Amino acid sequence: QLSLFRFTVKRPLSTSRSSVDSKEMKKFQLLAHKWWDEGGEYAALHSMNDIRVPFIRDTLLSMSTNYHLGNPLSGIKILDVGCGGGLLSEPLGRLGALVTGIDPVEDNIRTADRHKSFDPVLAKRIQYKCSSLEEIVEESMETFDVIVASEVVEHVADLETFIKCCSQVLKPEGSLFITTINKTQLSYVLGIVVAEKIMGIVPEGTHEWEKFVPPEELQHLLESNGFSVRTVNGMLYNPLSRSWSWVQSKSLNYAVHAVKSGAPAQSHSTDTLPERDIQQRPATAGT
Amino acid sequence: GQRSRREPRPGPRSPAAAASAPPLYDVVVSGGGMVGSAMAAVLGHDIHFHDKKIALLEAGPRKEYNHMPESYSNRVSSISPGSATLLSSCGAWDHVCSLRLKPFRRMQVWDACSEAMIVFEKADLDDMGYIVENDVIMSALTKQLDAVADRVEVFYRSKAVGYTWPLPSHSSDTSPWVQVELADGRRLQTKLLIGADGHNSVVRKEAEIKNIEHKYDQSAVVATLHLAEATDNNVAWQRFLPTGPIALLPLSDTASSLVWSTSHDHASELLAMDEESFVDSINSAFWSNINHSEFIDTAGAMFRSAISLLKPSGTAVRQLPPSVAKVEAESRAMFPLGLGHATEYVQHRVALIGDAAHRVHPLAGQGVNLGFGDIACLAHHLSAAAFNGSDLGSLKHLLKFETERQRHNVSLIAATDVLKRLYSTTLTPLVLLRTWGLQATNALPPVKVRI
Repeated sequence: QLSLFRFTVKRPLSTSRSSVDSKEMKKFQLLAHKWWDEGGEYAALHSMNDIRVPFIRDTLLSMSTNYHLGNPLSGIKILDVGCGGGLLSEPLGRLGALVTGIDPVEDNIRTADRHKSFDPVLAKRIQYKCSSLEEIVEESMETFDVIVASEVVEHVADLETFIKCCSQVLKPEGSLFITTINKTQLSYVLGIVVAEKIMGIVPEGTHEWEKFVPPEELQHLLESNGFSVRTVNGMLYNPLSRSWSWVQSKSLNYAVHAVKSGAPAQSHSTDTLPERDIQQRPATAGT
Repeated sequence: GQRSRREPRPGPRSPAAAASAPPLYDVVVSGGGMVGSAMAAVLGHDIHFHDKKIALLEAGPRKEYNHMPESYSNRVSSISPGSATLLSSCGAWDHVCSLRLKPFRRMQVWDACSEAMIVFEKADLDDMGYIVENDVIMSALTKQLDAVADRVEVFYRSKAVGYTWPLPSHSSDTSPWVQVELADGRRLQTKLLIGADGHNSVVRKEAEIKNIEHKYDQSAVVATLHLAEATDNNVAWQRFLPTGPIALLPLSDTASSLVWSTSHDHASELLAMDEESFVDSINSAFWSNINHSEFIDTAGAMFRSAISLLKPSGTAVRQLPPSVAKVEAESRAMFPLGLGHATEYVQHRVALIGDAAHRVHPLAGQGVNLGFGDIACLAHHLSAAAFNGSDLGSLKHLLKFETERQRHNVSLIAATDVLKRLYSTTLTPLVLLRTWGLQATNALPPVKVRI
């Protein structure tokens, strides 16, 4: 019965409107040294590069007219929020982008810095900072062409603050890429029970189902904060082949591409969504 | 002229790395033979490798010809259309065509112990393959490497003497790259090491990859031959003698290349005998019916009539091979033959291609074509990896290359080995088997096309 999973989420009130959740930070601290073991705890994230990098690359290529042979993302400034050990920053750097990776966990930044230091090309193109998104807003107003927040929004404390900050540091008409997990019965069964407790695809305790974000909610928040959502794609992980693919259904993982409006920061009226109570879903959904 | 040795590039600018860190390449190819050079050339011409750094290490000197010497070299290869396409993709095939090559349209393969034979030819009279001197291929590749000199650095007279492998990437503070040490003490680092250093591959040995090896009790004798009379020399001939297959590969209307696989002793004899006796031996090998037995001939003839009843077009017209008049001076040479197959083609940051990965008997004319096939497959995966921003040395795509190529190579190598053993006997039952087998194969279009 779906009613089991229907509850109003009360975000903890905090004096500083931060998107960083300290409990989340602790979880990642313990695994900081495991980032670069392709066959280890983060194997699923490594293989996610096989679809998320082409997604970002091809979307950006289709939006630009310049093409630099061998460096398709040349000259593009990208902010990788919640960069972890740099798993996504590095491929983007190899494709020519200038990447700033931020993460609130110091050990993650240290791991990321050390890993990139051996490759002089990456060392030059990627900068890491131990920081939350809010902390860099002031010095980075409208600085970045692209923001990538992959497997991050399901860990943040306050999603709306997070999105507002993204808008502030993004140039007008800049792109925001998000990958995250839907909040459905299926994502509880597969995403938490099977993935964490049974198959160990994700380290246990990584995710809290209450913080999963349905695409409708994400889309609503984006569009009421100056973004226009261009693409929403479903993603599926096959643990046997250890590979990801694009699928029709968004009931588990999904990716979003949104573009910040060209006008100076203004919220748009929320008229695009159908009348729907976000916390209520028909019983047949989620397949 | 010789390209002078280049100075090593300045060290990386990262403050973390000491100023004395060896230069870092994206790919280092060890071994500058046909396969190694082609690998470097193909990557160098790949659009996604435009800003990458590639190094090719070759122990010998630079080889380039603007025009070929009059006489043909005795080391030639049978290049398949697929290999020609690969060479075309990096611009080398045009150079081959402007130097010299001989297309052939037909292959006749037959047995010394019976009348059975099989003819291969393409229905539309397209070229089946090309006989090209190895020096011609090398020269063409050298030119194409020059064309991408900003991406590919070739180190001539540079033998790699040692390799140091990185520790698993998640655990170390030490360099994650492969370290290469050259004979003169210079060092390089690379994200991916490709071993194209032949059947005694040092890369394979240092990577401790097990190799299944078998020395055939055979050597191949090669020579350049002049035909008795000029002819439309566009057929490749191979006859299976009990001692081993003898092949005549066309070079021009008046010349052909000999590849005669036989026992070590016989091979030494062939090299030692005078020219006339050598020529006689060759002609006799192609023309003599001394190994026929009446029984086999009758059985073969019966089978042939049976086929022609069922399938009127299933017996081909036997053409006669050309006869040889003389052998080019100083062109006789021999080299031992063996079988080899590496159990793994890849490891973290290492890939093997060409003879380093697999070594076959020349009877199928496949050796270098397998190597070119390896290149096409590996380059495809590396190109995709580069366009995805992946770490080039990652096992993820290297394993895909290994699976594809092992699947393709193992069956061909095994079949070649089986053929070699099958045809090394005069025992009647086996001769009968292969006689009927060959005749049946000749009559069945689908099987022939696949070969």
